[in-house]
Amino acid sequence: MGPEEFDRNVELALADAQLRRNFAFAMGSFIARRQAVFSDAAQTERLRGQGQALKRRVLSRLPELLEELEANCTRNGIQVHWAETPAVANRLVLDIIERHAATRVVKGKSMVSEEMHLNAFLEKHGVEVVETDLGEFIIQLNGETPSHIIVPAIHKNKQQIARIFHEKVPGAPYTEEVEELNAIARATLRRKFAEAGVGISGVNFAVAETGTLCLVENEGNGRMCTTLPPVHIAVMGLEKVVEKLADLPPLLRLLTGSATGQFITTYVNLISSPRRACARPCSACAAAPASTTARSTPGSAATPTASSTRGRSARSSTPRFSDWTRPAPSPRPRASAAPARRSAPSRSPSPGCCGACATRRCHRRPRAPCPATAAAAAERSGWPGQGGGISTPTRGSTAC
Amino acid sequence: MTETARDRILARLRSAPREEAPRPPEPAIGTAPELSGRIDQLTTRLEAMRAVVRRTTAALWLEALIALLRERGWSTLLYAPETPLGAAIENAWAQDGDGLPALVAYAEPIESFKERLFTVEAAITSTAGAVADTGALILRPDGREPRLMSLVPPVHVAVLQAQSIFATLEDAMRAGGWAADMPTNMVLVSGPSKTADIELTLAFGVHGPKELIVLIVE
Amino acid sequence: MRRPRGRQRTAFPRKDQNPLKPNPVYFFGTCLIESFFPRAGEAAIRLIEREGVPVRFPAGQSCCGQPAYNSGYPDDARAVARQQLRAFPDDEAPIVVPSGSCAGMMKHHYPGLFAGEPDQALAERFAGRVVEWSEFMAARLGVELEDRGAPLKVTWHSSCHAMREMNVIAHSKGLIRQLSRVELVELARERECCGFGGTFAVKHPAISGALVTDKVDDIRATGAERVIAGDCGCLLNITGAIAHRGLPIRGQHLAEFIWERTHGS
Repeated sequence: MGPEEFDRNVELALADAQLRRNFAFAMGSFIARRQAVFSDAAQTERLRGQGQALKRRVLSRLPELLEELEANCTRNGIQVHWAETPAVANRLVLDIIERHAATRVVKGKSMVSEEMHLNAFLEKHGVEVVETDLGEFIIQLNGETPSHIIVPAIHKNKQQIARIFHEKVPGAPYTEEVEELNAIARATLRRKFAEAGVGISGVNFAVAETGTLCLVENEGNGRMCTTLPPVHIAVMGLEKVVEKLADLPPLLRLLTGSATGQFITTYVNLISSPRRACARPCSACAAAPASTTARSTPGSAATPTASSTRGRSARSSTPRFSDWTRPAPSPRPRASAAPARRSAPSRSPSPGCCGACATRRCHRRPRAPCPATAAAAAERSGWPGQGGGISTPTRGSTAC
Repeated sequence: MTETARDRILARLRSAPREEAPRPPEPAIGTAPELSGRIDQLTTRLEAMRAVVRRTTAALWLEALIALLRERGWSTLLYAPETPLGAAIENAWAQDGDGLPALVAYAEPIESFKERLFTVEAAITSTAGAVADTGALILRPDGREPRLMSLVPPVHVAVLQAQSIFATLEDAMRAGGWAADMPTNMVLVSGPSKTADIELTLAFGVHGPKELIVLIVE
Repeated sequence: MRRPRGRQRTAFPRKDQNPLKPNPVYFFGTCLIESFFPRAGEAAIRLIEREGVPVRFPAGQSCCGQPAYNSGYPDDARAVARQQLRAFPDDEAPIVVPSGSCAGMMKHHYPGLFAGEPDQALAERFAGRVVEWSEFMAARLGVELEDRGAPLKVTWHSSCHAMREMNVIAHSKGLIRQLSRVELVELARERECCGFGGTFAVKHPAISGALVTDKVDDIRATGAERVIAGDCGCLLNITGAIAHRGLPIRGQHLAEFIWERTHGS
């Protein structure tokens, strides 16, 4: 964009009273919320000092920390790629998508990917990319780019959004009710999540010490994008690396407090590896790929991707219900002797199932069909009942 | 050996001017409030984020759950049969499941379970603890209790043991030795899924659960 | 009359005998006061001297270097800044600056600007002595103001640098609140920039103009007869917009306002 075009855009935006009202309202709200979270000035200054020192520390050891991050990600089963330019990063992402024969991608909000113009690039190569953050979804429908890093559609009011949904989402009625607009987005995007072969996300912090990718969000679309599709590509600038896991609490506090005036976002994802396959995999399990994670830095940097689940065996340290797991139920007269209603799947393995392919449990009492059988069944049934057939990845791994 | 992008990037970073910066000292550990204070703080914060909190005891939690289920009248409840929580639920339903939602066991690979998963009305999971000062549940999903359980159904009921409520995230990390042992996926959850992307109007359940109900078991 | 809390009045029986007061202080005049608001500078100096503190005005001083620095010309900025380092004697006396913006540049950016330079140590010492005028008056001198003016409604504009970089707004407003017959009405959108932003106003006049229009609307909504500020850049911008719209609101630097209210002539 040249200076003249910039000036023209400025004139247009300044003359748009609606736009200016929308922004003034939004910014005023953000300032007030932020002040409420950082009400203790001395504590806030301490926190900022801590954040600054942590970031300075990262800069003093940037190449070493990136190597440590790569080593730990790799150990966790995450593949790491490096890209020096946005063009290379885009190419790497496309290669991963093509390697997995995916044509549909769901994407969480990622500013790096905006700067890379990743969507345009993928679309040019025949990949359907769906932005799943509500604000990003709105502006993508309208062929726009985000106007704000946190609230991408902040320049739109609900009447404008109502029109966009009505015109661009097949079957969507015209409604200015925010709840209903959200419901339209939810229904539309749920279908996209289930169909996608690849999920793309950004990264807020990448912990060198543990090889953990941290992602904050309020909607849950980030969780969807990084969980539902069989492949996850995470794109990050190299400045997102932090040294220790213990550095996250103050940085998270500063980030969410400053960005949205929240003590914490609804979801803080800590992703350290692809889903793990069985501890003692059968041949079907071994062949199933887990997720893929990519990292990239715009301008100059990197793209890790991940796959397969070699490495640490599955473990769990979830506190147990220990001694109170089976408290005596309160004595109530039994209505009948009928067994409890339950719709759990059949415990007998499907024909042709290896019997050891699904969860860890299935080694003992196989009650889940193997992925191939399951995919076939899913294709027959369709989801979520709105006509579209499901394109279940046939090589998806199980969730052990 | 050919030079890779990685080599070039790292070489550039190594040759760039750098300033020494020591690791900042760990902030002093404050005294954690008593358990009751932590429960109160967690409750206040979670409720501020529109989660529903119910406090119960080890002896009465199942009754509290059943009361909740009867109140809400969901027709299906997703649970994880391999967890102690799941076992307790199965046991209770086996004794008397009358008037309670039909149990749906998450016992299949996701590829074959997607359809069912997207149609259940509520899910119940255990938690790995909570953080009082920001107000957040710590979920440590695994193969037995997969992460989609707390994400896809419109209602998420989370059962939390009061003893596992930490004062701060720092405390939770230290006490749990997280740095030495990160699982595949962990997620902090502080309320129902929400967005304010349309005119900053808060709306719930845009992608994840519309409702988060926390049973704190003391 | 309100007084700063925690002040031990008995310890300061007479203004001119207080051994804790600095003696002397240096005054940095700033370009905008020099060119557009000389009375603000005079008032700032008189108010310090009235407290029994001699003020020295080093003749070789000019600009703090912020315009070049913010425009991405660190070498040029350093050349201008070095002139200030040389102009002020290298001693312990405070350097009082009647602007949050210039004070912020000298206090927070000089050390970085001279990092690795022969003048680094000098720049760090200099930066350590810089104090914004209202903070100096309120916190260091603990002035007590006696209002001799007629009842007046005013509003206060916080400059971005005074608020976010120097963190002195409480001191500035505290001085106004000492004036018994002055009613201070806060702006609804105090934390918003007035649109001046140094060279921003020159580079992006349309955006700057929109910002100051909003700011003047906010000022007008308070019903105040005067808008007081601690930074002449903002004042230049705001009073210009007020004049352009022909509104009956006067803009004034805090020092000039306080001198006018308390001098009594």
